[in-house]
Amino acid sequence: MPHVLTRSLDRSATVFLMAVVACGVLIPLSNLLLPAGSLFQVPTYLVSLFGKYVCYAILALAIDLIWGYCGILSLGHGAFFALGGYAMGMYLMRQIGSRGVYGNPLLPDFMVFLNYPKLPWYWHGFDMFWFACLMVLVVPGLLAFCFGWLAFRSRVTGVYLSIITQAMTYALLLAFFRNDFGFGGNNGLTDFKDILGFNVQADGTRAALFALSCLGLIVGFLICRAVVTSKLGKVLIAVRDAESRTRFLGYRVESYKLFVFTLSACMAGVAGALYVPQVGIINPSEFAPGNSIEAVIWVAVGGRGTLIGAALGAVVVNYAKTYFTSGALAPYWLFMLGAMFILVTLLLPKGIIGTFNSWWEPWKARRLAANAASAAREDGVSEPNMAE
Amino acid sequence: MNVMDTRATSALLYLDGVHVSFDGFHAINNLSLTLAPGEMRAIIGPNGAGKTTMMDIITGKTKPDEGTVLFDGVTDLTRLDETRIAELGIGRKFQKPTVFESQTIEDNLLLALNVDHSVKGTLFWRETKPESERIDRVLETIRLTDARDRLAGSLSHGQKQWLEIGMLLAQDPKLLLVDEPVAGMTDVETHQTAELLREINRDKTIMVVEHDMTFVRELGVKVTCLHEGTVLAEGTIDQVSSNERVIEVYLGR
Repeated sequence: MPHVLTRSLDRSATVFLMAVVACGVLIPLSNLLLPAGSLFQVPTYLVSLFGKYVCYAILALAIDLIWGYCGILSLGHGAFFALGGYAMGMYLMRQIGSRGVYGNPLLPDFMVFLNYPKLPWYWHGFDMFWFACLMVLVVPGLLAFCFGWLAFRSRVTGVYLSIITQAMTYALLLAFFRNDFGFGGNNGLTDFKDILGFNVQADGTRAALFALSCLGLIVGFLICRAVVTSKLGKVLIAVRDAESRTRFLGYRVESYKLFVFTLSACMAGVAGALYVPQVGIINPSEFAPGNSIEAVIWVAVGGRGTLIGAALGAVVVNYAKTYFTSGALAPYWLFMLGAMFILVTLLLPKGIIGTFNSWWEPWKARRLAANAASAAREDGVSEPNMAE
Repeated sequence: MNVMDTRATSALLYLDGVHVSFDGFHAINNLSLTLAPGEMRAIIGPNGAGKTTMMDIITGKTKPDEGTVLFDGVTDLTRLDETRIAELGIGRKFQKPTVFESQTIEDNLLLALNVDHSVKGTLFWRETKPESERIDRVLETIRLTDARDRLAGSLSHGQKQWLEIGMLLAQDPKLLLVDEPVAGMTDVETHQTAELLREINRDKTIMVVEHDMTFVRELGVKVTCLHEGTVLAEGTIDQVSSNERVIEVYLGR
């Protein structure tokens, strides 16, 4: 494994990871240890808000892995996020036990209200945390595997694939809206009490969930880096840039797409699972096609195919969303989001990080060349011929 | 795969009675062609003669409506897909040079190497000495050693053509299909390419499609002229270029 680590961690990746670690440690500590009202104390509502951003960042990483590196534009990734969220939500519902409004020890409130005679079979097992965690990975992963197996084998690509991913999330939206589907219909799952015995509303739990989200982001980032810096990563880029050429070299393109699509869906599921206890609700609106499109915009704004950019884009755009939707400009937020997408596409096609890199890299190369030249002079060696 | 008890033919590539039509247009019409092991063959013919479609059929991109396509005497290529056919040892260079522009020249060759192409194999891949030596050799052959760390997209048109030939070499196929290798090249580059192909032909079978008659003449190999999806003439360059029908439809009077 050490070679994977050294390969995956270049300078910017290390800086990014250190920044995430710092946030993951300092923000919870400041929230818990400093007195309320102190200048450096991060209030609990902000901890949860930042936690939400971090979950979005994980989703953005998942999208960047398939879109930025393999050219698969999924406009339905919110579905995998929501499925992971529902799996966690089901665990949280089962934890309520007899503390619900109707006091039924087995059935969640909405089932009592809708006259469910007994717990549906697919709700069994969700009282166990490990089982719920497994489902957080398995359900989105399995859906992505089946969906991808059919789509990639039939060589559905480009905009057609984007459209059917959109249809997939919309179909799930409609299904989850139904009361008889067994997931709380329109209202979804809410009124959570505790997670692993800790009160979800408590400051300590919130801080821990935030730290866990940061850990999730770190692990997700490391997995993505390990994938994209391996030879498999080169194959993915080859598929993105010249799919049929890759096929003629003897690569089974559909297997590569399926692998990375499934991995990405599992990551999105984890993001959703971390998100739900922090926002306290999961409902069918998470499947709305608009959510998935918004997530693609985060990646475009931050910089496609850079991973760090995707995570950064998710935080920046969502911070802007929080900022603007809470003021007088609220009715215009969607126009601003649209404008942001158009402006980034026109003016910064590589996104924030991509543009930064294209300024930074030549400068760094020049500096390295200058250093090498001066070192050569100091050694008394004649300057190497730099002409290519 | 259709494995017969004995080889149906001694030819490396055997096409017989192949038909393909697209919406009623007969792109390939009763095409029969054989390529002996170790042979180099030049294919000429006017636009729309079916040269590229023929390559599409051999590499599995297009399925023929009828006819036999056998590789190595035993393998029915019409039943396999592109990946399988590439694995069998048929490499292809496209008309328009297609290299992976956003990756370095070295990575382009690395991707082309005929090593484990499975998802698992590439995920846990580590560089080995024999592999990097092979890449070094190919770089030498295509004269791009100094440019190994440059992005393929930054190469000149002629260099891209060479890189693509280099990728074919890294793939180490038994049969190379080379579509218009000298399009857009200078005279010197054209000459060097002819030399390179002759060198490769020492241990590989090559089918090369080309319009440039000087280049075909320089290759000095058997020539097949296609017209309307079928073989019009076959023989040495002199025989073919003096054929009345060839002059009429292709070379012009």
